Amino acid sequence: MDIIVCVKHVPDTAEAELKIDASGKAVDKAGLVYDINEWDDYALEEAVRIKEKQGGTVTAITIGSEDSDSTLRKCLARGADKAIRLTDPKFAGSDSYATAKILHSVIKTMHYDLILAGLQAGDDGATAVGPILAEMLGIPHATMVKKLELATGTAKVNRELEGGLEEQIEVKLPALLAVSTGINEPRYVSIMGIRKAMQKEIKIMTLADTGLTEAEVGEQGSWTRIEKLYVPPAEKQAEPVTGTPDEIAAKIVDLLRSRGLI
Amino acid sequence: MAKLFVLAEHRQGQLRDITFEMLTKGREIAEKTGTELTAVILGSNVKEHAKALAEYAQAVILVEDPRLENFNSEAYKKVLQALIAAHKPLLIMMGHTSYGVELAPRLAAALSIPLATDLIDLAFEADQLTATRQMYGGKVNVKTVVRKAETYIATIRTATFTPQKPSPPANGQILETPSPLTEDIAEKRFLQYVLPPPGGVDITAAEKLVGVGRGIKDQANMPLMEELAKTLGAVLACSRPIVDKGWLPTDRQVGSSGKTVKPKLYLALGISGAFQHVLGMKSSDLIIAVNKDPKAPIFSFADYAVVEDLFKIVLPLKNKVNEAKAQKT
Repeated sequence: MDIIVCVKHVPDTAEAELKIDASGKAVDKAGLVYDINEWDDYALEEAVRIKEKQGGTVTAITIGSEDSDSTLRKCLARGADKAIRLTDPKFAGSDSYATAKILHSVIKTMHYDLILAGLQAGDDGATAVGPILAEMLGIPHATMVKKLELATGTAKVNRELEGGLEEQIEVKLPALLAVSTGINEPRYVSIMGIRKAMQKEIKIMTLADTGLTEAEVGEQGSWTRIEKLYVPPAEKQAEPVTGTPDEIAAKIVDLLRSRGLI
Repeated sequence: MAKLFVLAEHRQGQLRDITFEMLTKGREIAEKTGTELTAVILGSNVKEHAKALAEYAQAVILVEDPRLENFNSEAYKKVLQALIAAHKPLLIMMGHTSYGVELAPRLAAALSIPLATDLIDLAFEADQLTATRQMYGGKVNVKTVVRKAETYIATIRTATFTPQKPSPPANGQILETPSPLTEDIAEKRFLQYVLPPPGGVDITAAEKLVGVGRGIKDQANMPLMEELAKTLGAVLACSRPIVDKGWLPTDRQVGSSGKTVKPKLYLALGISGAFQHVLGMKSSDLIIAVNKDPKAPIFSFADYAVVEDLFKIVLPLKNKVNEAKAQKT
């Protein structure tokens, strides 16, 4: 089974303090640590597990600058056979729609039985590239995939609904599946493994290779354009609890005691 | 009059809250843009739902077909394509839910209609749709301008707008529309609902919860969190990453894909406060959050904010709670 996995190289911002940059349209990336998008990490793992079971190939594909190579190297070290990086300054500002067009231009020329992607990206989180790409390719899709069982020509998929409920659906292959976190346990890759993957080639393609025009990509080719970023207004004004750790602990205990919670 | 579509969301015989949230926001936009607020409901035996929607909308388009009994994005796509072609609505709103996420991008691509997703606000400014959403797990809001078009699709974040029934009720006309579906959807089939396995612990019944998140860093730190919870007489709960890593079972997860809780105390440790988590705990009586990032979104929902490394706080807190309990006895 030939599997394509769409991945993205994103800053890990879960515990980072973010600042909006001078343009007002982006986050200041200085000091942020980049890695494979968390959701894509699960997608890649799922692909490698299928390959290990049934054979075939795994190709990781990304859109991004040279920095994205570290994410592709990680994919190769994990078990991907090939890696493709779509790189062009003209791609900057692409939203989900433009991103899907770029991916489509290359994927439509490749052979695949299954396309896996993360449900969303940790940075813009639009949750839209997968289904748009599937529509362009004319193949069925499913999002929020929490469980995947393959049979001949079909995939049985559990989709996460709200409140812990799931639905089981069946889609015909080839299909695009956008996976949720927690679908598997991504394996650990050693530094040695990543070093080994350094020898594998990363295929680089530019706008000229996609057959798309400049107007079809980037901000021009997008449905949405960022006007400004701002810090979300607080719903509540939390009261700060300050001091040394011991003092903070004592204050919390007073608070709990006053409310009859201890 | 041009229409503004709100796609009603329902499952297992129930209209979902997001429907009424969208109808409320939709009413405001319809008034400003001079469009007719139109609820669209697709299903099988859903006339009762149509009546409920008529109280909120000026018109209700009802399409019934046994093939629409359970949600299927391909079936929905085909029906909506026909409805959009017939009515040319200015805007189609749907929930940014397990259904909307599955359907909206695909429908938008099929019809080349601009799409904006997961919106917390939207408005037409000088004839152009502006859409506000969040990035980086809720740490930043972003205002976007959507490319000019005759029709737009927007998915709306749940629990963002407070539903309000118009008074008097809108009493909209119900327009029964024949289903354009002529055959079953072969490439995508609904099989069944799968209920979560019954868990050993019911976190919704707990008076006190200690919620742990990504900031816990390592599974080796879990026993310490368990001890703190025990000392406080609390139950240990968590945000999604902890369940994804397998450090706690699914029944401990708070948030949109887990449980909604309302304890007397919610002590959030190392939880950044992504919207999906906050949705499940923001109604707690007392929220104390510990996080080393002063800009963590959790602090916008907390009553008390401790900007500190949680590992510096947990042990002293456990000791002080023990002291307090000893004094009491």
